[in-house]
Amino acid sequence: MAELKVKLGKLQLKNPVMTASGTFGYGTEYSDFIDISRIGGIIVKGTTLRERQGNPYPRMAETPSGMLNAVGLQNKGIDYFIDHIYPTIKNIDTNIFVNVSGSTLEEYIITAEKLNSLEKIPGIELNISCPNVKEGGMAFGTSCLSAAQVVKAVRMVYKNELMVKLSPNVTDISEIARAVEAEGADSISLINTLLGMAIDANKRKPILSTITGGLSGPAVKPIALRMVWQVAKAVKVPVVGMGGIMNATDAIEFLLAGATAIQVGTANFIDPTVTVKIIDGIGEYLNKNNFNSIYDLIGALET
Amino acid sequence: MKKKFMLDLVVKNNEFLNNQYFILKLSSPEKLPEMLPGQFVEVRVDGSSESFLRRPISINYVDREMNELWLLIQIIGAGTRKLSELKAGNFLNLIFPLGNSFTLPAKKDSNLLLIGGGVGIAPLLFWGSYLHKLGYKCNFLLGGRSKENLLQLCEFERFGNVHTTTEDGSHGERGFVTQHSLLKSTNFEAIYSCGPTPMMKAVALYAAEKGIFCEVSLENTMACGIGACLCCVTDTVDGHVCVCTEGPVFNITTLKWQN
Repeated sequence: MAELKVKLGKLQLKNPVMTASGTFGYGTEYSDFIDISRIGGIIVKGTTLRERQGNPYPRMAETPSGMLNAVGLQNKGIDYFIDHIYPTIKNIDTNIFVNVSGSTLEEYIITAEKLNSLEKIPGIELNISCPNVKEGGMAFGTSCLSAAQVVKAVRMVYKNELMVKLSPNVTDISEIARAVEAEGADSISLINTLLGMAIDANKRKPILSTITGGLSGPAVKPIALRMVWQVAKAVKVPVVGMGGIMNATDAIEFLLAGATAIQVGTANFIDPTVTVKIIDGIGEYLNKNNFNSIYDLIGALET
Repeated sequence: MKKKFMLDLVVKNNEFLNNQYFILKLSSPEKLPEMLPGQFVEVRVDGSSESFLRRPISINYVDREMNELWLLIQIIGAGTRKLSELKAGNFLNLIFPLGNSFTLPAKKDSNLLLIGGGVGIAPLLFWGSYLHKLGYKCNFLLGGRSKENLLQLCEFERFGNVHTTTEDGSHGERGFVTQHSLLKSTNFEAIYSCGPTPMMKAVALYAAEKGIFCEVSLENTMACGIGACLCCVTDTVDGHVCVCTEGPVFNITTLKWQN
């Protein structure tokens, strides 16, 4: 059997398959369907300093080969997470990351700081790319200066694995990637959703309450793949690729483009068992092609 | 909460009620999991390039003896049209059972009213059959635009008294369900409703004014159906909650329905 273990900074994952924030709840939502401890890493729902109700319904629109969402970081806040959710998930045998978001620099700092003390949370994914909130979120991730600023500030207070999630809604994503790497990001994940829009022609109204939302699913895969390839060439830290991964072949394409690990998002909504199918599928691909290790695949694109 | 499954069920029969509505009768070589009235399934639509996500559909009826699960579906878009093409022997992938269920009335001799509109009558058949089996007496008040939109009347008659309204007067009393004479002549202890949102809001208003226990079943658009994506929320006294896990059945006193 080929070796599937990968390293993100100092952290070892049992395989390169992770779940994308906001698509896998806190993991336990899926435990009726799969053994969630088989997954390389679970990134839990975006968490903010204070409770957020998120955006009004409707928050979702189905699109050709994808969906738009405008959830707006609904969560009960970091203290509720620590007191009520963490105890229920801390014994899951996988790497659990908390996706951290904020409206201000200070909120990012305090939230990240509070997560330092949780023994079974080996890392955070810094979300500077949420397109569905009025303040903060994507605003931090669309300029090199502000992206660097927030990563630098969080790096000062957060000692564990710091993954930074980038927005594709920029002119040059490699530039942003280099800026966050320079400030101490241990790994870089991309892409968050692409800003999009859906209209109901019969009602002559937008479908989403927020008018615009974030596009995900197979529709975004070619863009995500291109961006992962660009970023992997631009930085030395590991890259975690995501965007429309529906099966093992999609995942392998991201690994070939230079991703050390991948995240599965929207596909979980259609097949709650898809993560383990992807893990098994990558293993079969490695065996079939006589690769000893997943590292034989990472960045192995022949151009 | 009961364990959820992802299973391929076999289509035993696809029965068209008219050109808009059809019933998929599904089964399995294994015994079907336990399901409760009010719960729903998420079906995967295969072979349609226009529909990407699963479709949440109410459990219409469960026939334990035949080991059958019925889904009553209205053809609305590409996804439901594709489902309408299923034939006996085809497989359909379901995630189920999902969501909560209706609440049993406090007293056995309660005067119960189940109000449904259009395809929204779907979960009320299962609920009515369940109540009937437990010895409760049910009244059904079913409404539609026209008589073509009144569905499964014969099935409902097996489990209680059936009253109807149509907007064009082609069947039963003319008007909306909330204008039916039954509501003026009879006092009910509990009302359960499923149908178009304006209808349920009118029912909720009637129940609230009279102080009647009332539950409604919502059908917000969903992605995952298992509480992960947070797309299907409704506003309640406890803030935004997922219809797929906290509902689809809600007591009207918890809902914030200000349009």
